[in-house]
Amino acid sequence: MHLPPQCFYRMNPQLMREWADFTTEAVEGGGMTLSLSGPLTVSSIGIVDRRLRALDAPLARIDLSAVTEIDTVGAWTAWRLSEEHGAEIVGASDQAQRLISALRDCGVAGDIVPPRHDLVRRVPEAVGELVVGWGRGTVGVTAFLGAILVSVWYLIRNPRKMRMKAVVRQLELVGVSALGIIGLMSFLVGIVIAQQGAVQLRQFGAEIYTINLTGRLSMRELGVLMTAIMVAGRSGSAFAAQIGTMKLTEEVDAMRTIGVSPVEALIIPRVLAAVVMMPLLGFYAAAVSIIGGAFLAMFTLEIPFFTFLSRIQEVVPIHDVWVGMVKAPFFGLIIALSGCYQGMQVKANAEEVGLRTTMAVVQAIFMVIVLDAFFAVFFTNVGWG
Amino acid sequence: MTARQDITNAVEGAALGEVAAHFAGPHPIVVEGLVNRFGDHVIHENLSLTVNRGEILGVVGGSGTGKSVLMRSIIGLQIPQAGSIEVLGRSITGDGDEGDVDIRSRWGVLFQGGALFSTLTVAENVEVPLKEFYPEIEDELRHEIARYKVMLSGLPAEAASKYPSELSGGMRKRAGLARALSLDPELLFLDEPTAGLDPIGAAAFDRLTKELQETLGLTVFLITHDLDTLYEICDRVAVIAEKQVIAVGTIPELLATDHPWIQDYFNGPRGRAAQNSQERGRAVKADQAVKADQAVYSDQTGTAASADDASGTMDNPAGGEA
Repeated sequence: MHLPPQCFYRMNPQLMREWADFTTEAVEGGGMTLSLSGPLTVSSIGIVDRRLRALDAPLARIDLSAVTEIDTVGAWTAWRLSEEHGAEIVGASDQAQRLISALRDCGVAGDIVPPRHDLVRRVPEAVGELVVGWGRGTVGVTAFLGAILVSVWYLIRNPRKMRMKAVVRQLELVGVSALGIIGLMSFLVGIVIAQQGAVQLRQFGAEIYTINLTGRLSMRELGVLMTAIMVAGRSGSAFAAQIGTMKLTEEVDAMRTIGVSPVEALIIPRVLAAVVMMPLLGFYAAAVSIIGGAFLAMFTLEIPFFTFLSRIQEVVPIHDVWVGMVKAPFFGLIIALSGCYQGMQVKANAEEVGLRTTMAVVQAIFMVIVLDAFFAVFFTNVGWG
Repeated sequence: MTARQDITNAVEGAALGEVAAHFAGPHPIVVEGLVNRFGDHVIHENLSLTVNRGEILGVVGGSGTGKSVLMRSIIGLQIPQAGSIEVLGRSITGDGDEGDVDIRSRWGVLFQGGALFSTLTVAENVEVPLKEFYPEIEDELRHEIARYKVMLSGLPAEAASKYPSELSGGMRKRAGLARALSLDPELLFLDEPTAGLDPIGAAAFDRLTKELQETLGLTVFLITHDLDTLYEICDRVAVIAEKQVIAVGTIPELLATDHPWIQDYFNGPRGRAAQNSQERGRAVKADQAVKADQAVYSDQTGTAASADDASGTMDNPAGGEA
């Protein structure tokens, strides 16, 4: 038995939707009459639209008299067909006529997205933009550094202009509130160094050198480096996102018009906070990671906790501490500068805030590691090996 | 007819099931006993409001009286502490038994700042609701819909491919309107559509709203501070004060009440100016009609018309030409 399709739709409530339909009929003198029926609205036009686009016979007349409901999408479809085929529309209700006349001036020309060039043109264009972008970026960074130096010089001559409140706030955000996470991270790093070191050194029966390994590595390299990565992720990204959002909401422009220099109000406090806090955080991280190592040594190597700590004093030369402390402010400077610079570059839309924030963090971490490599070579050559 | 069956299957496979039917009742929005509180701060206390089908309802009230909160409650962005809200015959505040039919495809909302998606072009913005609710519509038709909606909102065709950041404030509002109209809604919510527009742009936007309302048979819920908008296009005006809707009616009806805020609002200097400009607008239209008639029959029109002009400007404190 053949059932009409409606029977199946009833059973499946998911498909219960009344679709528009049409029939065609040849008329004398060539062409066809297209009779549209049912509701001709945005929710019911899906099927009819695809079938109509597949229709190749020329239409002479479009009959809308069986249409129960019409909206602009239906009116648009009828009008487009009549334009394409040179057909006349008959049987249109008042509503349909009103809609069609309203749409008549809304021609179909124009792009949805800005025109896209073909590959041959797009690739050189992209490369060119990249190169010019690098050039501009270099100029931009130089100008940015210049602006900061000018502001610093100005603030040195007029120390009263320093925004102490903002500086203290940033010191808190960059430093104090990072203590917890950096402490935990360093403690675990200390445990890992000590544990891995102990396993390797045991092969030579030299477990006792685990203390040297943990102490020197923490003080010289890992304490500061891990802290820099954490600060870049925590504060560098926050700088970029904050300043970027302020750019979008025109707060930065508002500052300029009031006579407040954004460099003095926004950037100097952040840079200062990062430069001051990085050595402190780096030293704290190194200390905590040594404690982590001491803990592990206590449990697995049976070196008493305080013996470990007093050995540290003997085996870690003081210049290792200086190596870490000299590097730290430079890392802080790089993190703050790239965060603030990327933030100030935000224009146009919310997506760019995200892009610039990512860029700030990636750049900061990359530059920190490059600089760290330079420092490693440098300090070894000056005899602080 | 296998091709036809294929198309039917493809479309029905892509479609999202049932859609909300056209609303036939007399009141698309019914708010009863609405209570909105933020902490201790009471915004609405037992607020009730009924919107008639096919009208433009202007909602006015001082800053901070909760006009936007009322709109957000009606469109389901703000969950009220108490009260019931029915939109197009369906409860917004209920537990969502009828959740299978998405009422959001039957309304369009224009937010104050336009709230366009900044990473999409204007046309793509218009396409977002279409893609969301009617995925069965093919790209070609969807692009066409986006283009004519952009034009219908009074934007030039080139604006379709522009990003919101490349548009002026007035164009952004129109683009927002195009997106609000994307699904051919029955109900349109406008939050201060003319705020921040120049007077010419604001008047044009008012005309556009009225034209679209008439052509598309919309019911419009319009929050505004703009007295010209109220006089020009609103059928009724609801006044929010003292945490409630204190009066709803046409402007003459409201003027007849003796509530001090309403009197201050409509009889303040700005209210008077708006009222006069509306009367003047009517007088000019009538005047032009008279002139056209007279030009046919008489050559003494010049003097008669200038006398009319003079009388027309007499009661116009704002000055300017009639």
